[in-house]
Amino acid sequence: MTFISRVLLSFAALLPFAGSAMAQDAAMTLDQKVNEVFANFTGPFVGLIFAPLPGTSFPWIVLWLVVAATIFTFYFAFVQLRFFGHAISLVKGDYSDPNDAGEVSHFQALATALSGTVGLGNIAGVAVAVGIGGPGATFWMILAGLMGMASKFTECTLGVKYRNEYPDGTVSGGPMYYMSKGFKELGLPGGKFLAVLFSIFCILGALGGGNMFQANQAHAQISGIVGDYPGWITGVIFAVIVFSVIVGGIKSIANVTEKVVPFMGILYVGAAIVILIVNYDKIGWAFGQIFEGAFTGLGVAGGFVGALIQGFKRAAFSNEAGVGSAAIAHSAVKTKEPITEGFVSLLEPLIDTVIICTMTALVITISGQLIVDPASGNYVLNEAGNAIATIGDTSGVALTSAAFGSSISWFPYVLALAVVLFAFSTMISWSYYGLKAWTYLFGEGKIAELTFKIIFCIFIVIGAAASLGPVIDFSDAAIFAMAVVNITALYFMMKIVRKELHSYSARLKNGEIRRFKH
Amino acid sequence: MTTKLVIGLDGHGSGDRALAYGKGMADLIGDCELLIVYVIEWSPYSFQTAEENAKRHKRREEEISTATERVVAPAIQRLEAAGIKARGMVRHGDVASILNAVSLEENAQQIIVSRSSEGGFTKRLFGSSTANLVMSSSVPVTVVG
Repeated sequence: MTFISRVLLSFAALLPFAGSAMAQDAAMTLDQKVNEVFANFTGPFVGLIFAPLPGTSFPWIVLWLVVAATIFTFYFAFVQLRFFGHAISLVKGDYSDPNDAGEVSHFQALATALSGTVGLGNIAGVAVAVGIGGPGATFWMILAGLMGMASKFTECTLGVKYRNEYPDGTVSGGPMYYMSKGFKELGLPGGKFLAVLFSIFCILGALGGGNMFQANQAHAQISGIVGDYPGWITGVIFAVIVFSVIVGGIKSIANVTEKVVPFMGILYVGAAIVILIVNYDKIGWAFGQIFEGAFTGLGVAGGFVGALIQGFKRAAFSNEAGVGSAAIAHSAVKTKEPITEGFVSLLEPLIDTVIICTMTALVITISGQLIVDPASGNYVLNEAGNAIATIGDTSGVALTSAAFGSSISWFPYVLALAVVLFAFSTMISWSYYGLKAWTYLFGEGKIAELTFKIIFCIFIVIGAAASLGPVIDFSDAAIFAMAVVNITALYFMMKIVRKELHSYSARLKNGEIRRFKH
Repeated sequence: MTTKLVIGLDGHGSGDRALAYGKGMADLIGDCELLIVYVIEWSPYSFQTAEENAKRHKRREEEISTATERVVAPAIQRLEAAGIKARGMVRHGDVASILNAVSLEENAQQIIVSRSSEGGFTKRLFGSSTANLVMSSSVPVTVVG
């Protein structure tokens, strides 16, 4: 995480300075105070989550996620490949009962979950991975994305199976519900304890990665365009907008965002495709770099192990497979078969990591922003020796922006807007995930809900005001703490999912489960 | 055999013209049942927030009950008061597709709708529901001006 902090901090330092010196001084003091208190408070927690395995620089949490994804992949006999076509049919609505029209469709549940994951991880995170681990990191990222599909499948099936359906028709689902109900059903102790622990980490994750990191990056983008100004101002503006949506119920803002964000996602992928088409002669070479770099490192920091760590890490950060957040988002779908949402959810890491992240990595590789030594063909390291030297010494969002900008000059402006919108959309999604965890702990009720929503908005201001390093560290640590608890529960409950899978497969084969005529 | 006519209502005043025309047709035919259909425009491919998803089932029930109370039930009452056999239903989906599907399900002889009340950009971009119905329907359509 210190790598990320450093590279993104250096990006922030490049931003132009503007504004009144007096106001700046006063504001910087406030920002610095917020930062200091925050860093001291969260340091030990962050250290524990990202501790490396003994004798290595490999964070144990990354291994935890990758091992889980591998186990689920084998346990469900490569469900992500076997049921890929069926997942597409489900999203298309081929198996949806026309009488359920007006309920939440598989497509809508998937799109909602994606709006919470597609964002900065795909733009900034990939640039960090490729910048440090070289193009080879992309190979490991794709592999981790493909394996992560099985983790999503497991958690989202359980999310729907054990959701709470209230008399008024509203639903609440997520890991905390499958932990408490599922463990009870299996006659295992500790389900409630895990649920409470997960809820606490989910609240921290919502306030961290789902809020502060987003506010922080949105501020970096805006100040990069209009000039530097105190972060708390962006924080207050964002907090007011988010407050008006989640407390004031102003649907129009959420509606606009929910419509614009997918459009921005499509525009992003479309621009990447255009760049790849224009540079079609380099695509073969870029894939060559990805495969060669995956096993040799091509001179990047840390060699091929460095590429592997970066690839795995960024994939996990980006698609959140195994974290448990998706199980909350997918649980509202209308279906009689919980496993169908599991099939649909496995498309999420595919879209997020295998497609969008790979596009970003290919564009960065092809753009020539990474400096290569013509004599050896290896990448040249920067002065600090911790990342590949780039044209203009860019990293993070700035590297992605420069890579797209090298082919489409105006695209950095679109990208800046996309980052801000993605940040806003992720905040709205995570405010809901955090709220569900909060109401699980403190009960459903207007006062409990309002309390969380106000806390959420306060943290937007803190996130925008604090400096990036401690915010990223805390954000990622909180989200991965969720994965520790969630995956522990999934190991105990995966046999339930396998039973569902066998039953569904048999009924699909014998024609009991059929397509509907539309 | 009872003749079935499907009348599509959109909750606007123009729907009354379709209803009046249908009533007139039923009077002329004699053994006729009118099926009042109200379609709530909805797409399974729209985007919603997680909170909207969680409350969607509740909202759907509310939408159906509001449409039934305000549009469908009063229309049926008026028809029954005039001695005409009538039923009603509220569905979610694309107006043209649903009216066509219901007509096929019910073996209806005709669909009666009023001229479109939509306008502006949506109409220019996607065409009106009425125009789409006329273009795609498998049963005869009468558009009341």
